[in-house]
Amino acid sequence: MSTLLTIADVVVELPTPRGNLRAVDHVDLSLEAGRTLGIVGESGCGKTMLSRAVLQLLPKKAKLTGRVMFDGQDLARLAPESLRRLRGRDLAVVFQDPMTSLNPVLTIGTQLMETIQEHLELDASAAMARSIELLTAVGIPAPEQRLAQYPHQCSGGMRQRIAIAIALSCEPKLLIADEPTTALDVTIQAQILDLLAREQRRRHMAMIIITHDLGVVAGRADEVAVMYAGRVVERAPTQALFKRMHMPYTEALLAAIPKLDAAPHTPLPAISGRPPDPTRPLRGCSFAPRCRYAAGRCHEAKPALTSAETPGHLYACFHPIQMAAGVDA
Amino acid sequence: MMQLAVRAEPLLDVDHLVVEYGLGNKTVHAVSGVSLQVARGETLGLVGESGCGKSTLGRAVLQLRRAKSGRVLFDGEDLTAMEGEALRKMRRRVQLIFQDPIASLNPRRRIGDIVAEPLIIAGVKDAAERKRRVHEVLSAVGLDPELVANRLPHEFSGGQCQRICIARSLVLNPEFIVCDEPVSALDVSIRAQILNLLEEMKARFGLTLLFIAHDLAVVKAVSDRVAVMYLGRLCEVGPSEQLFAKPVHPYTDLLLQAIPVPDPDVRPVEGVAVGEPPSPIAPPSGCRFRTRCPRADQRCSAEIPELREVAPGQFAACHHPLA
Amino acid sequence: MATLELSIKDDATAAPSRRKRRLGLLFWIASTWLVIILALAILAPVLPLQNPVDMDMLERRAAFSTEHWLGTDGLGRDELARLIFGARASLTVGLIAPMIGLTIGGAFGLLAGYFRGRFETLVVGSMDVLLAFPPLIFALAVTAYLGQSVPNLTLILGVLGIPAFMRVARAATLTLARREFVIAAEALGASHARILVRELLPNVILPLLAFFLLGVAVTIVVEGALSFLGLGVPPPMASWGSMIGEGRDSLDVAPRLAFLPAAGLFLTVLAFNLVGDTLRALTDPRQGAL
Repeated sequence: MSTLLTIADVVVELPTPRGNLRAVDHVDLSLEAGRTLGIVGESGCGKTMLSRAVLQLLPKKAKLTGRVMFDGQDLARLAPESLRRLRGRDLAVVFQDPMTSLNPVLTIGTQLMETIQEHLELDASAAMARSIELLTAVGIPAPEQRLAQYPHQCSGGMRQRIAIAIALSCEPKLLIADEPTTALDVTIQAQILDLLAREQRRRHMAMIIITHDLGVVAGRADEVAVMYAGRVVERAPTQALFKRMHMPYTEALLAAIPKLDAAPHTPLPAISGRPPDPTRPLRGCSFAPRCRYAAGRCHEAKPALTSAETPGHLYACFHPIQMAAGVDA
Repeated sequence: MMQLAVRAEPLLDVDHLVVEYGLGNKTVHAVSGVSLQVARGETLGLVGESGCGKSTLGRAVLQLRRAKSGRVLFDGEDLTAMEGEALRKMRRRVQLIFQDPIASLNPRRRIGDIVAEPLIIAGVKDAAERKRRVHEVLSAVGLDPELVANRLPHEFSGGQCQRICIARSLVLNPEFIVCDEPVSALDVSIRAQILNLLEEMKARFGLTLLFIAHDLAVVKAVSDRVAVMYLGRLCEVGPSEQLFAKPVHPYTDLLLQAIPVPDPDVRPVEGVAVGEPPSPIAPPSGCRFRTRCPRADQRCSAEIPELREVAPGQFAACHHPLA
Repeated sequence: MATLELSIKDDATAAPSRRKRRLGLLFWIASTWLVIILALAILAPVLPLQNPVDMDMLERRAAFSTEHWLGTDGLGRDELARLIFGARASLTVGLIAPMIGLTIGGAFGLLAGYFRGRFETLVVGSMDVLLAFPPLIFALAVTAYLGQSVPNLTLILGVLGIPAFMRVARAATLTLARREFVIAAEALGASHARILVRELLPNVILPLLAFFLLGVAVTIVVEGALSFLGLGVPPPMASWGSMIGEGRDSLDVAPRLAFLPAAGLFLTVLAFNLVGDTLRALTDPRQGAL
């Protein structure tokens, strides 16, 4: 296994009228070819900005430091032209809202074939054949007819399938799925996640799933990174993480999800308060004001990522949870 | 806590409600003959995929969408027959909370005014009395009235805006609240806060809730009974525990299987959820779920299944129920 | 429920504080300019100015002097006095005409967008008729029938502006009327009048005011064009537009006669737009929110 993507000490800062907003704060991650990384966190935790940093699609005013190595190249130093060739071909993305990520005035066929022809140098009939093949692969019935339709003529689930077909069109090495199912119903969510997993296995591509739902990554990611206030606060192989959580935030995030096996009217263990204002960073641990284990030191200094006993399990906490954590925690 | 079939006079009685509306030159069959009852003090959860008509049903209860046929009895009075002033008076007893908390607050008005608005509409002339009530409900939902009243909605996060919306819906002391996907737009940690708050408010103000959501786990967390809706019709109604433990309708089963489980040892079964719901413009004949149902046969396309009692308090509309 | 107690404290302290926004130097220069022009226009009759219509055929196109600070025009009239009296006419027309459009067009647009149905069809239809009617013919007909005067000119330009304001108001109302806060008000039992005035109007007025400032600029220019065609301010009265038209004849010998009123027009329209943009940014509640 070779390392496909290395994110090293990445910081993303955005100037706002209220001061500098540090969206991503010294993040280190790596991903091997063919593996799946889940990035989990609440809105505003920096997970989307981190994926934008990988794609080099940050807002113009944003400042990025650190290195993003993809397939042996530093993306931050790549010329715009080579970057453009890389995106869409080796590096593909699926966004949360398929309604806004597809162009409403172009047919599905035009959008698919445009991507294919731009990156693969195929003629029109070959591109057409490839489009039909892709739409079949993502489970769209009657693909020939779909090609002539516009995005608004398709349901949300169909549009997301089309967005995935476009992303897969050039056999990418890495697919970034940014909340791919948040806008969809549960039944459709299951289908889309299945589809992503199947295509990943078939094409042996690496995948980053960004989500706020630990349930989405539990059965599908090889490794999970939990982000809070711009930092990775816990990172571990999925099995190890769910077997034993060290960081109180991860535990609280899992506990706050309503469980199907709990009796009705069971009060949920909610996380009190809100995430800190990203323009005014805290001196101590960002989660300390909401953490029930927080003590003196947590408010004074930021805990660094420390290794746990399990190999590959890292956490940033002064008072890690001692006992095995689980659904009943 | 469990309430089985409603024996006493229900607070809300929806009787064969049909709601249709035009879309271009086509007709959307949003709600096609739904009957359900909600007892005083009960929470009825209403689940279904988007486009199944659950929100339309919620709005039709409040007469924000007028029904084509059928009746909505609230405390014995027929809301569908009401007009003008009588309806406006009735609406004070029934409130609504929306999915998007930020969009449901007027961006150009201050929180104090937004929460006081129902009182002004209801004709509370005394400004001091209004202020007292506003402070009371804002504190009840966990916000500091002194700090909040003079601010504009954009200064608050989604969770805080939903608290404000809940405060506004409580200020007139309503008896019944329709919660239309109140936590779908919120983050996991905030979602739990709001669900707990709704439960607390329900106990404190003696409310009856119709809780609409697409997430079965969320619905189960707050509901005494659950109704599952598919393409304008009810599939299954029953006490929450019972319905989730032993679903009888294949659609309820499908919904349950599709929920992602936060446990890596439970490998997701691939291929459980088949296809997408058909368009409510041209719903299938007979049982509307038959196009996605593994058990469907000739009878399902010919005959509309009626809701039948399959277990005490549990009703299902299916020709081939799960054992 | 220990969590709730905590969140009270958190929410209270974490609520963002209001900040003052800097207005910027340009805003102040622009508003100062507008105040000066408005004051001069209003006070023109009491200022120690020469009569703007007194001709002095011996002093035609005179250069700057102590007697005529900005010289005289092609008929020997004092240029400074004509500029200031011209501002009076131009601003009267330029401000009042869009106000007519704003009030009538805004009201119709708001009602059409909220009530929809047959009323909307009627309003939109009649506005289309008004739009399709050639504006010059309309102006000619009205001036022929009612006579050429500043109030009549204002009326014509005002009426011609109604469809545009109606469209802006209706478009804004259509998107707003579907927002949850309007449905929430309806669910609370609010009357139509209350929803229109309290919920919709404060939101619709913003794009309308922005359009109004654009309307001011356009109307001042259109008034100039009409005056040039002889349909505007009746001579010998001055307006900036008519002065540019008259100055056109002597562009080669005395270009200032066209350029001075043109500069006044340019700076005033620019100032209106600058002030308008700043005010809009200030009153938009979403500014500053992330």
